[in-house]
Amino acid sequence: MKLVLKQPSILPGFGLTLGFSLTYLSLVVLIPLAGLFARTATLSWERFWHTVTDARLLAAYRLSFGASLAAACLNLFFGLIVAWVLVRYRFPGRRLLDALIDLPFALPTAVAGIALTALYTDTGWVGRWLALLNIKVAFAPLGVVVALTFIGLPFVVRTLQPVLEDLDPEIEEAAASLGAWRRHTLRRVVLPELWPVMLTGFALAFARALGEYGSIVFISGNMPMKTEIVPLLMVMKLEQYEYAEATAIAVAMLLISFTLLLIINLLQWWSGQRHAAVR
Amino acid sequence: MNAKTTLILAVLGVLAVLSSVSLAQSGAAVLLNVSYDPTRELYQEYNEVFARHWEKETGQKVTVRQSHGGAGKQARAVMDGLEADVMTLALAYDIDEVSARAGLLPKEWQSRLPHNSCPYTSTIVFLVRKGNPKNIKDWDDLIRSDVSVITPNPKTSGGARWNYLAAWGYALQHNNNDEAKAKEFVTKLFKNVPVLDSGARGSTITFVQRSIGDVLLAWENEAFLFMEKVSKGEVEMVVPSMSILAEPPVTVVDKVAEKHGTVKLATAYLQHLYSEEAQDIVARYHYRPTLESVAKKYAQKFPQIPMLTIDSDFGGWQVAQKKHFADGGVFDDIYKPG
Repeated sequence: MKLVLKQPSILPGFGLTLGFSLTYLSLVVLIPLAGLFARTATLSWERFWHTVTDARLLAAYRLSFGASLAAACLNLFFGLIVAWVLVRYRFPGRRLLDALIDLPFALPTAVAGIALTALYTDTGWVGRWLALLNIKVAFAPLGVVVALTFIGLPFVVRTLQPVLEDLDPEIEEAAASLGAWRRHTLRRVVLPELWPVMLTGFALAFARALGEYGSIVFISGNMPMKTEIVPLLMVMKLEQYEYAEATAIAVAMLLISFTLLLIINLLQWWSGQRHAAVR
Repeated sequence: MNAKTTLILAVLGVLAVLSSVSLAQSGAAVLLNVSYDPTRELYQEYNEVFARHWEKETGQKVTVRQSHGGAGKQARAVMDGLEADVMTLALAYDIDEVSARAGLLPKEWQSRLPHNSCPYTSTIVFLVRKGNPKNIKDWDDLIRSDVSVITPNPKTSGGARWNYLAAWGYALQHNNNDEAKAKEFVTKLFKNVPVLDSGARGSTITFVQRSIGDVLLAWENEAFLFMEKVSKGEVEMVVPSMSILAEPPVTVVDKVAEKHGTVKLATAYLQHLYSEEAQDIVARYHYRPTLESVAKKYAQKFPQIPMLTIDSDFGGWQVAQKKHFADGGVFDDIYKPG
């Protein structure tokens, strides 16, 4: 049997565009990443392992991954509702609301961090009331979640919107006229359609949150073992001119994130398969 | 493209070439001064003064460009190829590293200019709330359980290392040089720090805008600037019984200046910082002048207190860095769990 490497295509320009894509990807993504690994490779294995399993760093992993996960979940739930409202209903001020979604994209994150901290400290507009309930947001892990939720929201909303727009309300009407309950329609008709793209939005928000530095350093309080995020520890290594150690932490972070994103992609693929089978 | 636009473009091109040639002929020299954050205004004024001085001496025009940022970040930028003719940073350690790791200047750079290459100095003081409600007078008040202290993380902020070392030095002196006691002292002090900002600016925001903490540890020049510009009467400065001499050094970056052919100019730029007119600017921007005559003029402004120095009391930056701030150093022990 002849091995077919390339599906013949009637569209011209495949070679050119693929070549361009590969070059571009290498320049923008692969070469910098290779640099990261090359720097890390100057460390001995023991030194690398010692660096990436330091107790303080373990605490930071827990906060970074935990808070990013929590923020991405919050964004998935509320982002779905926001996207739904923006797509399905017509009301005055809808365009304005729609434009507001993009603000976290545009705002320098340091500014977001300072603003959120001002709101949530014990003397701030919101923090004052939360303090009465004994809830501490600024300078506590909760503050990190709040900031990450802020910056991650547009990723979920913007990925969900086009799919929701394509989702014909008539399908739901059909389900209803066939006797499905509302909850039933949502679970059996709407959500399966949205599931893959929800995962994409979730993955984007999660990945974005993991790398966030600018806003977190202001709101977290940076207390060792309690509210330090992983990127802060990288900066600390850089301040000590330990480039290789800093890149070692980055490599560890990258590998964990890559694994998690791969799992999300697999889930997506699997749900797509199942969905196709049902059809 | 039609003939007319081609013509216009050609004319513009010729003009651009001509103007750059004429600039080069008039010999306007350019100097890049890579500095840390709180010196921006100081150097803006000094650059004009120096340009006038240099033109009078040699007839050559000079433009000094400035770059400001965290001291560690700036040093890394120079190592990675930012072509600084001179560096004016917050502590000698960062310049030492540029010398050791990138070889851009000789190891003994600090002995080339007077006063350890520090034309101006400062010290660490306290800023407290109006009326000093917690009655904070000296370093030992900072470890009281009812006092909360704001200072940046010495691991990410070069300037904050002076704060930490001043506290350490005070504790040593008051406990017959017992290191265990000193460690206990700084541990207690940092247990009173509710927020470790990554830089001095962050700490100032925490203290003023968020009203967190009873006392902010700050450089004296920053404290003055702050009371003058930001909050009139909301905070007060408290000068402790002793402190540390903060020495922000300056140096020519030899390899870069040689490449640019600016060695003479760069050296003159730094030497002129020690002149009377420059020292007066320095004092007006709240740094302590090193020139006797100017120091006398401003004696009222800068209280005389005993000050430790990094070289005689801590064995220099290399030793202090390794012992206190490197991974596994004394500072890390403070936050070890258990």
